[in-house]
Amino acid sequence: MSTKLLEVRNLKQYFGTPKNPIKAVDGINFEIYEGETLGLVGESGCGKSTTGRSIIRLYDITDGEVLYQGKNVHSSKSRNELKQFNREMQMIFQDPYASLNPRMTAGEAISEGFNIHHLYKNKSERNEMVGSLLEAVGLNREHANRYAHEFSGGQRQRIGIARALSLNPSFIIADEPISALDVSIQAQVVNLLKKLQYERNLTYLFIAHDLSMVKYISDRIAVMYKGKIVELGPSDEIYNHPIHPYTISLLSAVPLPDPLSERKRKRIHYVHEETDNNASMHEVYSNHFVYGTSDQIHRWKN
Amino acid sequence: MSRKLLEVKDLKINFKTFTGLVQAVRGVTFELYEGETLAIVGESGSGKSVTCNAIMKLIPEPQGIYAGGEILLEGKDLIPLKERDMTKVRGNDIAMIFQDPMTALNPTMRIGNQITEVILKHTKLSRVEAKERALKLLELVGIPMHERRYKQYPHELSGGMRQRIVIAIALAADPKLLIADEPTTALDVTIQAQILELMKDIQKKRNTSIIFITHDLGVVANVADRVAVMYAGQIVEYGTVNDVFYNPKHPYTWGLLGSMPDLQNNSKDLLRTIPGSPPDLTNPPKGDSFAPRNEYALAIDYEKEPPMYKVSETHYAKTWLLHPDAPKIPVPESVSKRIEGYLREAQTNVN
Repeated sequence: MSTKLLEVRNLKQYFGTPKNPIKAVDGINFEIYEGETLGLVGESGCGKSTTGRSIIRLYDITDGEVLYQGKNVHSSKSRNELKQFNREMQMIFQDPYASLNPRMTAGEAISEGFNIHHLYKNKSERNEMVGSLLEAVGLNREHANRYAHEFSGGQRQRIGIARALSLNPSFIIADEPISALDVSIQAQVVNLLKKLQYERNLTYLFIAHDLSMVKYISDRIAVMYKGKIVELGPSDEIYNHPIHPYTISLLSAVPLPDPLSERKRKRIHYVHEETDNNASMHEVYSNHFVYGTSDQIHRWKN
Repeated sequence: MSRKLLEVKDLKINFKTFTGLVQAVRGVTFELYEGETLAIVGESGSGKSVTCNAIMKLIPEPQGIYAGGEILLEGKDLIPLKERDMTKVRGNDIAMIFQDPMTALNPTMRIGNQITEVILKHTKLSRVEAKERALKLLELVGIPMHERRYKQYPHELSGGMRQRIVIAIALAADPKLLIADEPTTALDVTIQAQILELMKDIQKKRNTSIIFITHDLGVVANVADRVAVMYAGQIVEYGTVNDVFYNPKHPYTWGLLGSMPDLQNNSKDLLRTIPGSPPDLTNPPKGDSFAPRNEYALAIDYEKEPPMYKVSETHYAKTWLLHPDAPKIPVPESVSKRIEGYLREAQTNVN
């Protein structure tokens, strides 16, 4: 077993007033191991993006702990510690049209991190670093002088990836990095993410609602519903032997490029059962966790 | 055989831009029968949306030019129609469902009024009757508490609910043809499944014909009777869903099928991608426009455009690989393996 890179303990993120909070993330626990990809799936509004943003400190969390290499991410930090942390953890955003500054060239966007961290001595060194990053993500060095609008969606997402890689992080949160792209371009970006993971020993938290891509890219999958993780386990296990009714319902809605089975597809409706305070994560099979009361788990298993 | 509703013949659409004339649609031919769903798939920029906007006559003129061809709705050509006559066709005979339900609705109008507006425009019903019909439509598209929703504004509803409203508006004047331009792309998988079910259900009840534009092959397999694969402004493969998914002939279709992860066989190999990007249509390449991205391209692909070859009565593909003298190139293994997997599973389910 490889080492634990990130540990999330009882993470809570509430919005709105304390009297009437919106519980976007309501006490979740999970770990991410070095070099693996954890897929986080669920419908819009289930709190998956909020989880990602809370981990990387884009929000001040309500309660709980996020430990990165054993260190608390949200504890108060000096400027230097914070800078160091920012180099370790980076994010790729969903919309490549909105996440790049239209007034910056690709080169400027990518080298912003270098400027902040004073990572180069002179201009030619900086250009060299930008160039090699562009090549790593499958673009040309000449692209550095172009503006965002001159690129296609897939190319922009590559720039977003190059930007995330610029500080040589070990952990990357990819928040729906492919949902805004065409199918053939999605495949290119997913292949690129896999290649980079292999070359640079990256760890990913891959957030998406498209279960088929998540299943393909992830080692383990966590399914979220209404701010809680309802099922967590190895991706094959979740896909082939789901236990929580929500996971079953979610899987029944994924269309496959197979007309014969699609004709016969029966969607399974999910009826939410309120859980009381006795509900917790149960390890149903080895490394396969399901959230619920012991009663429910027993019922769902059979 | 059911009746032919729509026939598009050799449609060509150009756009004037400051970099030159873009040939967005370059000779598209297809037909649509009553009660049938035709899916048009392709990448962004392949001309699938332009084709459908052209059927609705929504191409902005003078920048957009109908450069040739015919659009026959029940035998009557729509292209020469004046705007005044076209407004009678829109909504009445053909209606459209747009991709983004967030922007397709008027944010300052109550939902009920947006539906009755269409009914009052296209029928002779009174206001009271129109309201009754609008409420029935809301019920048909599966909106709970429709009396209350009738008085609400779009921002009070979720994305899936809004898309249902857009569908209700499209159905308001009982059109014969429904054009759905990526109606589920902006939605979650669970909501997507609900909307697809709703559309199939409505089709069954009203015998509506549907043109469904999408780039998601899973959705195509779910809804379509027939499929047209578009690339660079042309249809490159055309056939029933089974033809296209189980016996694909065009290398571009292979590429599309290969770029989806294969969940059945649990394969973790790299996805097949289509290298490069689509050609610039201000200056379409000579010969087969897919040749530069095609690993199976023949010398002739760079010289001469291939004709539409007939594979079977229902199945056509536009590639030189189907020429009798062309080298026999098998379907790439990653694609054929997956097709075998699907067919095997279908077999075991039958037994």
